[in-house]
Amino acid sequence: MAEPLLELRNLTTVFPMRRGAVNAVSGVNLRVQPGEILGIVGESGCGKSSVLLSILRLIRQPGHIAAGNIFFKGRDLRRLPQKKMRAIRGNEISMIFQDPLSTLNPVFPVGEQIREAMRLHGIANASPLPWPLAGRRSHEKQRVLDVMAEVGIPAPEARYRAYPHEFSGGMQQRALIAIALVCEPTLLLADEPTTALDVTIQAQIMEVMRRVNREHGAGIILVTHNLGLAAEFCDNIAVMYAGRIVERGPAQQVVDNPQHPYTRGLLACLPQISRQRSRIDPIPGEVPDLAGLPPGCAFIPRCSLARDACNSVDLRLRSLQANQYARCILYEDGVRYTVEEFS
Amino acid sequence: MSRRAANGAPLVEARDVKKHFPVPASLLGKLLAGQKDQLVKAVDGVSFKIWPGETVGLVGESGCGKTTLGRVLARLYEPTAGEILFRDWPVHSSFFRHTQIIFQNPYSSLNPRKTVRDIIGVALRQRGLRDPQEREAETLRLLRRVGLSERHVDAYPHQFSGGQRQRIGIARALAIQPQFVVADEPVSALDVSIQAQVINLLQELQEEFDLTYLFIAHDLSVIHHLSDRVVVMYLGHVMEEAETESLFANPLHPYTQALLAAIPVVDKEDRRERIILEGAVPSPIDPPSGCPFHTRCFAKKGPECEQEYPPEVQVQGHRVACWLYV
Repeated sequence: MAEPLLELRNLTTVFPMRRGAVNAVSGVNLRVQPGEILGIVGESGCGKSSVLLSILRLIRQPGHIAAGNIFFKGRDLRRLPQKKMRAIRGNEISMIFQDPLSTLNPVFPVGEQIREAMRLHGIANASPLPWPLAGRRSHEKQRVLDVMAEVGIPAPEARYRAYPHEFSGGMQQRALIAIALVCEPTLLLADEPTTALDVTIQAQIMEVMRRVNREHGAGIILVTHNLGLAAEFCDNIAVMYAGRIVERGPAQQVVDNPQHPYTRGLLACLPQISRQRSRIDPIPGEVPDLAGLPPGCAFIPRCSLARDACNSVDLRLRSLQANQYARCILYEDGVRYTVEEFS
Repeated sequence: MSRRAANGAPLVEARDVKKHFPVPASLLGKLLAGQKDQLVKAVDGVSFKIWPGETVGLVGESGCGKTTLGRVLARLYEPTAGEILFRDWPVHSSFFRHTQIIFQNPYSSLNPRKTVRDIIGVALRQRGLRDPQEREAETLRLLRRVGLSERHVDAYPHQFSGGQRQRIGIARALAIQPQFVVADEPVSALDVSIQAQVINLLQELQEEFDLTYLFIAHDLSVIHHLSDRVVVMYLGHVMEEAETESLFANPLHPYTQALLAAIPVVDKEDRRERIILEGAVPSPIDPPSGCPFHTRCFAKKGPECEQEYPPEVQVQGHRVACWLYV
């Protein structure tokens, strides 16, 4: 296999709080191959967004990355000086946030904001002609207009000078994608990019992202709470619960044949159009407070298969079948049960 | 599938209901630029019936007027035109004793300075429970019924999670002993596992108290799960109405087709052919002429789509407003 584009090894991100340290991310291992789309799925507070922020080292103080490595194209981002890190953010790795209106600057025209991203990373000087002939500004602007057209903003020439509030939600999200794309990053981090949007607009945005992936070969990490979206859009998915990956594998395989009780629970409580059921089976209880989480599996209080041994064993992600892994006592060596026994 | 009696009278009926909101132009704009006051036609002529005991799902994208319609039906807004009948009578004061609304945002729909006892107590007083001890007992009973514990009665809203707050909102709605409940996106702010708990609770309560729901949501899977009948709205108009199974198996209106195709689904066999609509929902201040959907429609029939609003027709048991079926 080729060298992965991104590899997280034992990534652990901690937020010290008055009520105790919160391990938002604990011991996450992940790989993204060039051109791969990886989905990170989970409910609020499971640490999925913290993984993305950790990759870019944007975790706000006093939160910090306590352990682990972040290898991007073979370099450990955790050891890079701030200055070099800044050259990577937005240039080689860019991020799309959930709420476009609070990410865009309301007092600058959208076109200028896209151009700024380019200027910060010195892409503007890549004109094919020497300076006196090229007209640096027009060359920059042309690139911005191209990117705007690429993400599907109609009439980019007219929209260049428009302000964010003049754009609809879907258009704002396209502008954010344009900012993320203008430097042609090799890795795109998308944090719930369509959660604030309607389904028909969501379909448009996902189509743009799919095209970016195909045409530029950019790797994408899509963080979402929507299992359906992850299943349709991603090559592989990782399901997170309480800061840990509890299951990962090829997207369709995981949703067709979930192995971890949490993944199964999530799928069972999803209303699905193909299944006519009078009731859905919810997962009882709520997501635990991550401060002072006891050792062992964090899902115990909500798991119907929990047993005494769950508390004591240090669980690892175990390989089950064709690239599918789950972290559960069901799959620990020597205590392997078949799923049917419990259902 | 439908729980309603075949020939009974409808519980709630909307007849050509309209709700327009004025958007006044600024004085300066009027004087200098000759701007005129404008109207947002949030709901523009909607009729439908809801029979006792059934759940009607109301879907559409943001800005389609579904929340406004729900609020008009719960009489939080006066309709600009049209009639709302409750048991065949125009709405009068006792209607408020029979109708409740559950709001979308469990964070803003509970008064942060009141305890749970106060929040539910207000509704109980409305119902006519004057004896404090009786009220207390009823409050505790309601809390238990929606899955909260009695010790929560002295807590303030900020001490609860989103799912728990939504349960408080449900308890408050039940306190009136309503017959008709407008549920405005009650689960869309919740995580999937919590969403499932609340959906089940709503279903249990419906059976237990014989409730009739108007369930407003943008999530078609939730609508499919809960509703007997579905009404699809776009820009203040009803595009299609049908029994749930029939609508999902055989959507007739191009907008319904696009909406169904756009939901991401887990099961591979369930995926429909992708239909990517162009553009966004037009502004309801200046809606397109003719069929409001014609600017994004992929199956336009001809010039009539842009000129005249299509008449509603009955096709295969669906009520559809589209020129394709006229």
